[in-house]
Formats: sequence, structure tokens, C-alpha cells
Amino acid sequence: MMKRRFLNQWLLALAASLSMLAVLPAQAADEAPDALINRLTKEALDTIQADKAVQAGDVARIIELMDEKVMPHLNFQRMTASAVGPAWRQATPEQRKRLEAEFKTLLVRTYSGAMSQAKNLSFNVKPLRAASDDKEVLVRTVIIGRGDPVQLDYRLEKTPGVGAGWKIFNLNVLGVWLVETYRSQFAQEINAKGLDGLIGSLTERNKSNAAANAKPAKS
Amino acid sequence: MIFFCNQHRGMMVRSSVALLALFVLMLSGCATGPNANPRDPLEPFNRSMYRFNDTVDRAVIKPVATAYRDVLPSPVRTGVTNFFANLQDAWSFVNNALQLKGEAAGNSFFRFGVNTVLGLGGVLDIASEMRIERKTEDFGQTLGYWGVGSGPYLVLPLLGPSTVRDTVAIPVDAQGNLVNGIDDVPVRNSLTTLNLLNLRARLLEASDMLEQVALDPYTFTRDAFLQRRQNDVYDGNPPDEAEPAEPTDANTGK
Repeated sequence: MMKRRFLNQWLLALAASLSMLAVLPAQAADEAPDALINRLTKEALDTIQADKAVQAGDVARIIELMDEKVMPHLNFQRMTASAVGPAWRQATPEQRKRLEAEFKTLLVRTYSGAMSQAKNLSFNVKPLRAASDDKEVLVRTVIIGRGDPVQLDYRLEKTPGVGAGWKIFNLNVLGVWLVETYRSQFAQEINAKGLDGLIGSLTERNKSNAAANAKPAKS
Repeated sequence: MIFFCNQHRGMMVRSSVALLALFVLMLSGCATGPNANPRDPLEPFNRSMYRFNDTVDRAVIKPVATAYRDVLPSPVRTGVTNFFANLQDAWSFVNNALQLKGEAAGNSFFRFGVNTVLGLGGVLDIASEMRIERKTEDFGQTLGYWGVGSGPYLVLPLLGPSTVRDTVAIPVDAQGNLVNGIDDVPVRNSLTTLNLLNLRARLLEASDMLEQVALDPYTFTRDAFLQRRQNDVYDGNPPDEAEPAEPTDANTGK
């Protein structure tokens, strides 16, 4: 009897400490931005390396992984707002939601194709040059595989107590900032057809991309 | 993902390019669009040139490059890539030196030596195995390093995205291209064609991706190209201009 009670208590304590452990990362002191990028990159590369579905270019699986692993660390609303530009201020909450969703689909679907090719990569994070009280920092990394190294930089904003303490709001592939590359294109659409026109164009593009990707893959 | 390689610059073009630049500059007086982007005053001309290039690419170049990719096994294509990249390293040595970048110049020189001698004339990239970093530099970047601004964006026939500065640099890059030093004309032309074909084949996936990811492929290409060039001139550390300010170049929506 005694024994059983002890066991029960022990199991309870174990369960409690395990659940503590599960929430611990969220409560722990905020991670340094370069440490966060280091961890995320490592996780991403390990996942790609291990996951057969990702390597086969399974878009649904990649989107699932992105939602689970990457999106919590992005301030995607800020990215969308910045790409949309001044017109964002006039957008209704409904329009903002749709812009965010369609922009995300466009990016994830497209770049998921590149993920399947990312095998046998290594990376390094360059030393951070930032003051300890900086609200926004730039973290530079280099991805090394076959061929020339690939520059991959991130801009992060401080989000004390939220997530890992930092969120990515722009990224740079080979010297090209993602948000900036969409800004003129979005402005063109907005000037010609208004915000709803931009939403329509994004939706249309996502539909045709989905149709193209549904076709059997080319060899 | 490697969209905008610089290697399509040093080519057979030589003097025709100078004429072309002149022609384009004459055009610049009259051509300005309604929502002109300050960095792209020649947009109407550039757009028609972009359409022309796109048409030629779809009709001829892309199909040939696809066949090339499908016929030749990957190791052969890698050898071709390495061979021309090795020649590029020699020219990068000169440009790194012109930019007083001692270490990069030394690396380029050493890379060229190692790959030419040990790598069977550059077909094998031994230097990368030895972790000697490649720093590709062309004459447009050298001009940029010494303070020459990029000037307006310019889409060249067949060569694609460029700027006025980089266009002016093309004849110099062509001189620095070792392939152009070959006297035998058929050999020289074959090598140049092979280089371009191989380059286009390497970009097949990127160009397919462009069609999916861009709302307007012309604008996407332009904005990405200009950023990338600026980034290259500053070796990955361009002066901060984009963040976190309000989007300045975007026109106000209504």
C-alpha cells in the first residue's frame, strides 16, 4: 500500500516536472538572437536531412513543418504590412487577414520547392554586431553546400517574453531582401486595381501555382 | 535559388555594347513611365526588351538548355561549370587586386593555380575542397567599389538585367575573359556557347520558380537584381537604406 502511494506520488511528481519542462523553454530567459537563428537553422537542416517526405518535395508536409517550426518565430503581419506599404493603414481587418494569408501561401508554396534540394548542407552564423539594448538586430549566416556559399541574413525584432524573445521580420537570400522585392510589385497592383485587386491577384497566382504543382513532377 | 549569376557578363559582345549603350542613353530622354521608379527611368524600353528576351528564351534558349540538362549527366555539367568558374577566378583575381582586396586576390590567384594544375584545367574544383573561398568580382563591381554609381537599370538584349555602369564594364570584362583570348574562332565561339548554355541550364529551376513567386516577373527581377548587385559591390554589407523606415519608393495607395 505504502509502496503504491509512493509510486503514485513519484509518478505525479514526474508528470509535473515533465510538464514544467515542456513549458520551460517559453519561460526561460529570452534567447540571444544569433543563438535563436543558430538553433532554428540547425533544426531546419536536421529535419530536411531526416524527413523523406520533405526531400521528395511533399508540399503539404513542408507547409505543415513551416507552420509548426518557422511561423511562430516570424512576425508575418509586419512582413506583409511592410510589403504592402502605406496602403496597409487603409486596409480593413478582413483585407489584412486575407493579404497575410495569401502572401504566406505564395511564399511557402514557392520556397518549399527549394527545400527539397537542400541536402547535405552545413551553415555558420557570423558573430553578432549589436548592442545589448538594440530593439532590432541583423543576424548573418552562410549556408554551405555544393557550389558557392549562400548568404542568408535575418532581421529580428525584440519581443520580450513572447516566443524566444525575438521574431524575424525580414530575410535576405543572396543579398536580396524578401520584403523589398515585393514592395514595388504590390504597389503596382494597388495603384492599378486597389487593395482588393492586389488580394485578387495573389489569390489567382496561388490558385495557378497549386494547379501547376499538382501536375506530375517533371523529371 | 541562385538566380543572378554574374557570369553572363563577360562575353563576345565587345564594341556592339558600347553602341547599344549610346542608343539606350539617347532613348532615355523620351522614355519615362507614369509611375516611374527612380531607379528605372527607362522602364518602357526595359519592359519591351524584357519581353523580347523572354520570347527568345521560351522559343529557343530554354528548350535547348533543357535538352542539354537532360542529355548530359550531372558530373559532366558540374565539370563544365567548374571549368568556366575557374576562368572567372582568374579575372576575379585581377578585379580583387584592382579593389585592393589582398586576401581575396590571393585566394583567387591560388584557386586558379590549384584548379588549373591539380583540377585538370579547372574541371575539378579542388580549391573548394581545400576550403579556399571564392570571391567572384567583375569589372562592374570594381567600378562600384571606386564609387561609380550603378546608374539606371538596363535590360540588355539577350544578356538580360544590367545597369548602365555594368554595361559600360562589359567590354572590359570581355577582355578579361580568357575564352576571348583564344585565337581559333570556332573554338572560341563553341566555348562561349557552351558557357552560356550551361549557365542557362543551371538557372532552369530558378526561372521556373520566378514564374510562380512573382506577381510581375519584370519588377521582381529588377528589384532583386539591383539589390543583389548592390550587395555584391559591398561584399554583403551594403549601407542600410531599406529598414525599418516607411516604404519610401512605394506609391501611396488609395
